[in-house]
Amino acid sequence: MSFFTVDSISLQFGGLKAVDSVSFSVAKGEIFTIIGPNGAGKTSIFNLISRLYNPTSGKLFFEGSDITEVPPHQIAKLGIARTFQNIELFENATMLANLLVGRHCHATTQLWQDMLFLPSVRRAEKEHRHKVEEVIEFLDLQAYREKLIAGLPYGVRKVIEVARALCSEPKLILLDEPSSGLNVEETDDMSFWIRDIRTELGITVLMVEHDMSLVNRVSDRVLALNYGKVLATGTPAEVQAHPDVIAAYLGA
Amino acid sequence: MRFIFKTDYDQDIRILKHGGYWWSYGILLAALIALPFLVGSYLQSQVVFVFIYAIVGVALMILTGFTGQASLGHAAFLAIGAYTAAYLQKLGVPFIVYFPAAAILTGIVGAMVGFPALRLTGIYLVIATIAFAFIVEEILARWESVTHGNEGMRVRTLDIVGMPLPRDGEAFYFLCLLTLVGSIVLALNLLRSPTGRAFVAIRDSETAGKSMGIDLAAYKVKSFAISAAITGLAGVLFAHKMTFISPEMFTLLLSIEFIMVIIIGGAFGVHGAVFGAIFIVMVDPFLTALKDDVPVLAASVASSFGMASDAAAKLRDTMSSIGSAAGLKGAIYGLIIMMFILFEPYGLYGRWLKVKLFFQLFPLYKKATFKRQKTYVKSERNR
Amino acid sequence: MLDFIQQLVSGIALGCVYGLIALGFVLIYKATEVVNFAQGDLMMMGGFFVFTFIGLLGLDYWLGFLFAVCGMAVFGMATERILVRPILGYPQFSIVMATIGLGYFLRSIAGMIWGTDDLKIETPFSAGVLKIGDLVLAHDKLSVIVATVILCAVLYAFFNYTRMGTAMRATSENMLAAYYMGIPVKRVVSLIWAISAAVAATAGVLLAPITFIHSNVGLALGLKAFPAAVLGGFGSIPGALVGGLIIGVIETLAGFYLPQGWKDVAPYIVLLVVLLVRPQGLFGPSMRKKV
Repeated sequence: MSFFTVDSISLQFGGLKAVDSVSFSVAKGEIFTIIGPNGAGKTSIFNLISRLYNPTSGKLFFEGSDITEVPPHQIAKLGIARTFQNIELFENATMLANLLVGRHCHATTQLWQDMLFLPSVRRAEKEHRHKVEEVIEFLDLQAYREKLIAGLPYGVRKVIEVARALCSEPKLILLDEPSSGLNVEETDDMSFWIRDIRTELGITVLMVEHDMSLVNRVSDRVLALNYGKVLATGTPAEVQAHPDVIAAYLGA
Repeated sequence: MRFIFKTDYDQDIRILKHGGYWWSYGILLAALIALPFLVGSYLQSQVVFVFIYAIVGVALMILTGFTGQASLGHAAFLAIGAYTAAYLQKLGVPFIVYFPAAAILTGIVGAMVGFPALRLTGIYLVIATIAFAFIVEEILARWESVTHGNEGMRVRTLDIVGMPLPRDGEAFYFLCLLTLVGSIVLALNLLRSPTGRAFVAIRDSETAGKSMGIDLAAYKVKSFAISAAITGLAGVLFAHKMTFISPEMFTLLLSIEFIMVIIIGGAFGVHGAVFGAIFIVMVDPFLTALKDDVPVLAASVASSFGMASDAAAKLRDTMSSIGSAAGLKGAIYGLIIMMFILFEPYGLYGRWLKVKLFFQLFPLYKKATFKRQKTYVKSERNR
Repeated sequence: MLDFIQQLVSGIALGCVYGLIALGFVLIYKATEVVNFAQGDLMMMGGFFVFTFIGLLGLDYWLGFLFAVCGMAVFGMATERILVRPILGYPQFSIVMATIGLGYFLRSIAGMIWGTDDLKIETPFSAGVLKIGDLVLAHDKLSVIVATVILCAVLYAFFNYTRMGTAMRATSENMLAAYYMGIPVKRVVSLIWAISAAVAATAGVLLAPITFIHSNVGLALGLKAFPAAVLGGFGSIPGALVGGLIIGVIETLAGFYLPQGWKDVAPYIVLLVVLLVRPQGLFGPSMRKKV
């Protein structure tokens, strides 16, 4: 059984098939990218994986176990973290608080312990903070610890979202358009980070991306999607040369 | 401006971030402990009401301020606490049992309200809590074997293991102070622990919270339960302070007053609950003063500036008739709410922070630091 | 059986009253996403306006009616200008609080100006009754039913088939985008407050013979009309009418068949049950945030 498998999954909104029996599998340590024109169903696949949507049919397997029925809030605990296309940070909290929320799936303390702030809570807090500091170091975010998200520029928020996902110590990270809204320099940084996430932290990356130069630079394999259907899977070069993909992008 | 050199994670975990706060809050606490020995019984009684309102304010802050779940039903939680105390006391249960029992019972009811509230947001949640409060009010009025219906219930003097705590006494004052400090510490503890962060996460983005592993249902219910339980404690104190409770004391208007506490105080920090409580409780004495003292004062000022004595007397009478007009309190309440939302959206605590920052940064303070962002784009329907 | 039908009919009449007030809630929400808790109090003000024109100044009923509605429209516009416009764009809950404050203020001021006695006006609908077989329906109630149905139909058509209605729906979805598309957002918001206040005034005038004119009447009715609007799905005009009818009928039937005390609570219980099943109300669209 491979690391992560999507088995002929479908999602239907009324009469519209947003995702139409898509299957693919991701090997451990791989950077796997989903490309496709707008409305192809890329983000829907992500929402299916993080269980925000229920699939109409099909199954999801992660490390050999079926996660199709797992409630969304337990997905993080299994080791799948994600970012969002339009940034879903906790706006009225500091960056530190945001990253600490990323640690939530590792919280062990009970409500009554939290209320009294017992020594065990304090110990756990320091532990969490230590992990958060490692991520801050990794993504170079030291300057923003106490800053409110609402006051930070877009590019920084994008990185913070990745940081929050990393704080949960995932085995698989889903990046939804990590470069959207970033300038060339920031995109470069992002591509380095994505590779570092794989090589240094050993996390498997599944991402949705439009920027083909970024895709070419970092991806091991690419899946092209259109109207909810898989067009082609393979190395970036193979997929870009595939006639169906060219047709989908150029409309020929 | 104070810069704190951080060398330890504990420094970020501590409630009092630096030594200066030890001094200022220590002095405040000492003043509050000394207060009953320094002021008259009227003022002491008012301060007790401030404490009770502030406890409810803290409770509401946890639910509305941190978790973002609006409630116009907190008067019902207060009522449940108060009636539990009154009923159990009548059965002869000692205070040390019924005080926590009231909190637990109210907490359970709160959790039960939390469940239907799970799927509701915004205005739907507001109306659901209003509906809940109406139903509680009606049950209190009809369940006569327990609550004596609309006749209300007498509440006997509080008694801790044989030691009576009369409602005007210092001991009762300290009990209320202790409960307030306890609930504030509890709220702050929550805020610096995973539970409190989960609350804030729910307030800001439910979707992201879910994907970060927060069980929305569990945490919303927890928030409701904690908030209700603290309000229940306040209800016990309220019952003993009033010595008489009846269903019409716990109406929607009281719930609105509680919401006003956190709006006026500033709905983003525990300080706000205390500031708001002071303000709301002081409206009444202020109105009394308006009725009694201000006209006399104005008349004497006017006559000292050479106004004929009969004209001055007339001025006094006109002013006191305005001051004692029926329903003036409502108009002033309404004006206060509208003024705060229009001109001081961050509430009194926000103003406090602004003044503090002004002096810290003098002369570099910029007004725009606290400018509130308006969002014309986001529709709250798609949450 | 006749009892039941008679109760049903008076329930429908009461429901139309709630529906009429709920309509005001819905209009403002539909166009601006503002929930106006003072809607009942605007209705109350309408009642006092018409009392001033007819009872005090001695105008003809229909002329007084017209003046009251126009007066309230201006009043609604002024409220929007002074209270609502500066806080548009703030979180929904602060606007709700501001209108709660407005309600307090209006109730208290009305009590000071017009006193706290029940006031009454003479209307053409005051005395007559309509008899169908053994059923009896007073003319004043009939007038409310007719007015509610007509207003619902007219406003529904207005929102769905006129340019202004479309502009209003666009404004509620995204104020900034609507502004960039050339919709005069400020005027739209102003107008909707005027319309909503006018609807409230109509309700106030038609209710004057039924409930009398009193400064607290708005709060009492508003607290029933508000669940009606929510029940129907806030933001749906037919929903307001249907919600009002449901609340009215349940209240009347509960008052007749169930022990004392159920009358006031039953509508809220039904409301909670409906919200449990359909959190967006009966006619509200189900929406979720896209991520």
